[in-house]
Amino acid sequence: MSAPAAAAPAPPTSHLRIEDVVKRFAPGGAAAVDGVSLDIEAGEFFALLGPSGCGKTTLLRLLAGFETPDQGRILIDGADMEGVPPYRRPVNMMFQSYALFPHMTAAENVAFGLRQDRLPRAEIAARVAAMLDLVKLGHLARRKPHQLSGGERQRVALARALAQEPKLVLLDEPLAALDRKLREETRFELVRIQRRVGITFLMVTHDQEEAMSMATRIAVMSAGRIVQLGTPQQIYEAPASRFVADFIGGVNLFAGRVVGAERGLLRVDCAEAGAQLLVEHAALAPGSDVAVAVRPEKITLTPEPEARNRLEGRVLGAAYRGEASTYEVELAGGKLLRVTLTNTQRTIRPLAAGQAVTLAFEPAAAVVLPP
Amino acid sequence: MTGRLSLFLAVMLAVGYAFLYGPIVSLVVYSFNASRLVTVWAGFSTHWYVELLHNQAIHDAALISLEIAVTAATGALLLGTLAGYALQRYRRFRGRALFSLLVTAPLVMPEVITGLSLLLLFVALEQAIGWPAGRGMLTIAAAHVTLGTAYVAVVVEARLAAFDRSLEEAALDLGARPAKVFLVITLPLIAPALAAGWLLAFTLSLDDLVIASFTSGPSSSTLPMVIFSSVRLGVSPQINALATLFLVTVAVLVTVAGRLMNARAQDS
Repeated sequence: MSAPAAAAPAPPTSHLRIEDVVKRFAPGGAAAVDGVSLDIEAGEFFALLGPSGCGKTTLLRLLAGFETPDQGRILIDGADMEGVPPYRRPVNMMFQSYALFPHMTAAENVAFGLRQDRLPRAEIAARVAAMLDLVKLGHLARRKPHQLSGGERQRVALARALAQEPKLVLLDEPLAALDRKLREETRFELVRIQRRVGITFLMVTHDQEEAMSMATRIAVMSAGRIVQLGTPQQIYEAPASRFVADFIGGVNLFAGRVVGAERGLLRVDCAEAGAQLLVEHAALAPGSDVAVAVRPEKITLTPEPEARNRLEGRVLGAAYRGEASTYEVELAGGKLLRVTLTNTQRTIRPLAAGQAVTLAFEPAAAVVLPP
Repeated sequence: MTGRLSLFLAVMLAVGYAFLYGPIVSLVVYSFNASRLVTVWAGFSTHWYVELLHNQAIHDAALISLEIAVTAATGALLLGTLAGYALQRYRRFRGRALFSLLVTAPLVMPEVITGLSLLLLFVALEQAIGWPAGRGMLTIAAAHVTLGTAYVAVVVEARLAAFDRSLEEAALDLGARPAKVFLVITLPLIAPALAAGWLLAFTLSLDDLVIASFTSGPSSSTLPMVIFSSVRLGVSPQINALATLFLVTVAVLVTVAGRLMNARAQDS
């Protein structure tokens, strides 16, 4: 849909700006979206990531105009969206259920928005054909949704959301309804299409792998708030809190107390690890409580007696996953550890349950988090 | 389920069906009887159907019945759709429970009471404001609207309950205004339920004897009323023939309505 563009000079603002938005469904009840502020630049593939009920879908519906914020503002290219109904917003949504109109063909579904814009017939036909080609469905234009497979429906829904060349496309769990194999292929496909059309994508997902593999930036949400914002690598390698570390991928957390600092390394006494751990981190006051987080794949097996951050334990169980194996290791103090070892050789001998192992990790491999 | 019925169950099933449908089958069979006596079989004949064609009183009654049924079904469709839409889409409003009860009450209300109360209403109205002047087709149709509305409301409400709201949101999102969304998305998708509701209301109106008897006036006898009164004077095989035609019509309509109501499985 074309926006009623204001004649005023564009203020220095980002493409999509969300300012301190609050949404409560019951007066006085818990906020579904609790003071979210966010700036998204044109052309980004942005992901809102969080567990179900964290408010990410509500935020999406606020952007589409299906809900109105109790507080705060939403600006698209500087235009305040307050009071603008869904049918006048330069925003299109791809629904989780796809919401294809069952009584219309694929082509009619894609043309629906263009018809509302009252474009000339020939232009509509050309645009629909171009959109269906973009999603590689030109040959199925006359099929009704119930004659299409799940993956094909998903493509029609995407073509429909792109047809009006909106400023922003909202994708609600775009891959959730597909089976696993198709989902992985479609990830690349979606990113490819987004690059090609250059439209800003804002995706909601609860799948961290999906968010990390597709998005340029991710906002992790919990209980209606954004708890961390960054690139996939920043979110994974430098989580800001225990919640983020735990939600994004597996993590081993040790509660500990700072003993001292030496040459950029922090010495943390962890009773659970049965040792003092060295972690790369700026100095903290001795005696502060912290948590040390280590990803399972950053722990290695080591025979070296001088390795730093040595942990002695016993294998409890193993899960062979092909490219890697994940082991559950019980430390001397009873703390359970998850360790992922890559199967670099075909004939690698897996660790057996009950086997005693020595593990270690580099100081740079761990992160210090608030307790 | 095991594939085969035990003998006992098969016999019980046959007895049950015979009890339910035996009289109807005998009625249909005797409509093709050559004899004037309904209890003596004298060979196959379509004589009574031919005679029926020339019976003016029955023609008139059939036309009256059809006109009333079309009017009542259309009125019931309008009111019932609104009621069903309100019940399904507005989950919380003051008096919703009472409204729901009142809309569906005619489904279980004894017809005698519905008929009598409407008769009293029409008489009182006539005395108070002079309208409706006397009883006739208008009052029967109005009475049938009350009954049909309940059926339409229930059918429409059920259909809307199975309706994916995100379809309407998607249409809004693509730039269609709410009124247009209702016309091009909601209405086409619930159309089978509307057609089913209309057919049900039509059939109910065509069938009804009790309410029509209370609310009819002179020269507005419906088909069931004509059948009922002529049977009291002695059963003519002509009535069998008429009843058979009636049966076929109603069976076709109800079957179509049922198909339409189940049509939702296709488009989801």
